[in-house]
Amino acid sequence: MTTELTMPQLGESVTEGTIGRWLKQPGEPVAKYEPLLEVITDKVDSEVPAPVAGTLLEILVPEGETVRVGTVIARLGSPAGAVAPAPPEMAVQPAPTEAGLLPRAEVIAALSATPTPSAPAHNTFLSPVVARLIAEHGLDPAGIPGTGQGGRITKQDVLRFVAARDGATTSAPAQPATPVSAPVPAMAPAVAQVGPAMPGSQARSVERIALPEDAELVTLSPMRRRIAEHMERSVRIAPHVTTVMEVDLSSVMAHREAQRASFEQQGVRLTVTPYVVQAVATALGKTPVLNGSFTAEGIVIHRRIHIGVAVALDEGLLVPVVRDADEKNLLGLARAVGDLASRARTRRLQPDETQGGTFTITNHGVGGSLFATPIINQPQAAILGVGAVVKRPIIITQHGVDAIAIKPMAYLSLTFDHRIADGATADAFLLDIKRALEAV
Amino acid sequence: MPEINLLEAIRQGLDEMMAQDDRIFIFGEDVGRRGGVFRVTEGLIDKYGPLRVLDSPLAESVIVGACIGAAMNDTRPIAEIQFADFIAPAFNQIVQEAARIHYRSNGDWSVPMVIRAPYGGGIHGALYHSQSIEAFFAHVPGLKVVAPATPYDAKGLLKSAIEDNNPVLFLEHKKTYRLIKGQVPEHDYRVPIGPAEIKRPGEDLSVFAYGLMIHYCLEAAQSLAASGVSVEVVDLRTLRPLDVPTILASSRRTGKVLIVHEDNLTGGFGGEIAALIAEHAFEYLDAPIVRLGGPDVPAMPFARSLEDAFMPNPQKIIEAMRRLAAY
Repeated sequence: MTTELTMPQLGESVTEGTIGRWLKQPGEPVAKYEPLLEVITDKVDSEVPAPVAGTLLEILVPEGETVRVGTVIARLGSPAGAVAPAPPEMAVQPAPTEAGLLPRAEVIAALSATPTPSAPAHNTFLSPVVARLIAEHGLDPAGIPGTGQGGRITKQDVLRFVAARDGATTSAPAQPATPVSAPVPAMAPAVAQVGPAMPGSQARSVERIALPEDAELVTLSPMRRRIAEHMERSVRIAPHVTTVMEVDLSSVMAHREAQRASFEQQGVRLTVTPYVVQAVATALGKTPVLNGSFTAEGIVIHRRIHIGVAVALDEGLLVPVVRDADEKNLLGLARAVGDLASRARTRRLQPDETQGGTFTITNHGVGGSLFATPIINQPQAAILGVGAVVKRPIIITQHGVDAIAIKPMAYLSLTFDHRIADGATADAFLLDIKRALEAV
Repeated sequence: MPEINLLEAIRQGLDEMMAQDDRIFIFGEDVGRRGGVFRVTEGLIDKYGPLRVLDSPLAESVIVGACIGAAMNDTRPIAEIQFADFIAPAFNQIVQEAARIHYRSNGDWSVPMVIRAPYGGGIHGALYHSQSIEAFFAHVPGLKVVAPATPYDAKGLLKSAIEDNNPVLFLEHKKTYRLIKGQVPEHDYRVPIGPAEIKRPGEDLSVFAYGLMIHYCLEAAQSLAASGVSVEVVDLRTLRPLDVPTILASSRRTGKVLIVHEDNLTGGFGGEIAALIAEHAFEYLDAPIVRLGGPDVPAMPFARSLEDAFMPNPQKIIEAMRRLAAY
């Protein structure tokens, strides 16, 4: 068996070493730990011992030559020895059997050396934070110079790039502005940038339109196109009916206030949404038909309850799905909703995380909307809109006496497919949700 | 402010608390006339008498078991385990009884007791006088685990531990006893159980550690500053309850994390910290979370060269920091 000897890391900042002198010549036997060569670094000259006993088969790096840490510099054969040197692609890992006995630093050096050795290839790995920043700023990683290991793009590289770009934007309007600054005008340069890069499908539809003067064309992003097709189809195939109820969220608010700190300790931000998801999941258990899909052959009733929660993005809408929502407690729902929403915003959802929903909730209230007539997310039976929570004076009756109280109120708008259910069923379902929220 | 070492800070903490509250007593091997094997309790028997500074038999299960009973009868015992290595016979009392009584009695009973235990290596103490035991106990709900690194924190945390109504395992790194000196105010103060402290702010990477390793990390961070690497050193101080918000905030800010402990790596407390960061700060990470700990060998070796190989030291920490900074 053949053992490859690599250039060791001989100091904390050392990335390369120079072969000073070979103390053995090919064909000579070496004992384990016997000095085999001297390595010169900018800090020290060190003797490197043989990692195994055997015969020095081949010297790959001559004296005086400098190579990177991890480069194979020689091959050693076992004492049994007459084995021909293994072809490079079959070469054994650097003495894996020794790993347990090597001092930790050497093990780490051996491990961390693996990605670097003789690999001129550009390291294209994007760390989580880099991937997120690139997505948030709409950047192309290929254009960012990397200064990390193997040319990896580091977080600092992205931040520097963005700072430089934003600095340049003021003088060079051709650069795309950050999407947040001004939604509408920002789209135009973004499209202009996309246009030349993707001359195919995007450009085709453009040519057929006579663009009036004083107008500009915003080509459809793939997401926008999908939303448009989906909405058009849903309205076409399903007779939509919307029913609205008013819900008193006092007890939700009180519960949330009481639990917020303990949720935060577990890294979860508690919003109203998980309460709604919980109420919907329970109500669907009682009215399974609204967890169904209409088909020509009948209504397919789904046994599992997967609730989609719509997340608004600058360029459209995503509906990540909380799977088996009826099996999760409030903490689990809050964690799932928070996690899906934040990953939706950073475009890091897995494709299947927006699939398979059996019911959808849309929080149109976040923009101040009181009630709405949402469009059903096909092939589901219904969609629940949650309006803005507003403090309103309402009349309550206590011990037979009417009084005016100030309560945090919201409208719940349920749009359902009239093919699947009638008003009475939908109203009973919505009432279940309302009652559950008022009794948290 | 006078400068004292960590051992003196603990002795002062014990002394001042015993003077204030006569329910407090100390129970452990050689803690009386001998003043403890490290002399932490030296002089206390003269001041408070043999009924409040009690020598125990060589039976850790008795030390902790008797203290549990006493704690449930309106006293505030401080058990001393001579070396943390010897705590194993008391494991059952600590984990099954002390940590659970409050829960088991639905809050009717509690065990206001402190278990002091000198731990850690680097003092040529070999197999039975060098172990780090925090991971066994930080796993247990109902038990608080404290591991201060400085005289100020040691005294302030000890007072908080004595006043806590539930059991606190108070871990004292024995190498810091006389090695680490620091200013400690003369007035009565507390350091609360729970919050971590950023001992050195930095930008490029976060290091989480406790006990002796804090000092090694600070030394490493100091020497790296010269080459332009800015390291944030966070002293956890309390392992349970763990200051998760501070850990996450620092990790999110720097994007690179090194966790250092002397305890061996596999199943060590660093794994818990790494998991929390991976779970809650994944999208902020710019490098793999790195742990630096003792190797998975059965115990601290006696030979000086092997002990050096076992112990994380500033040089190993510098190397790990450098690699992480360069990633």
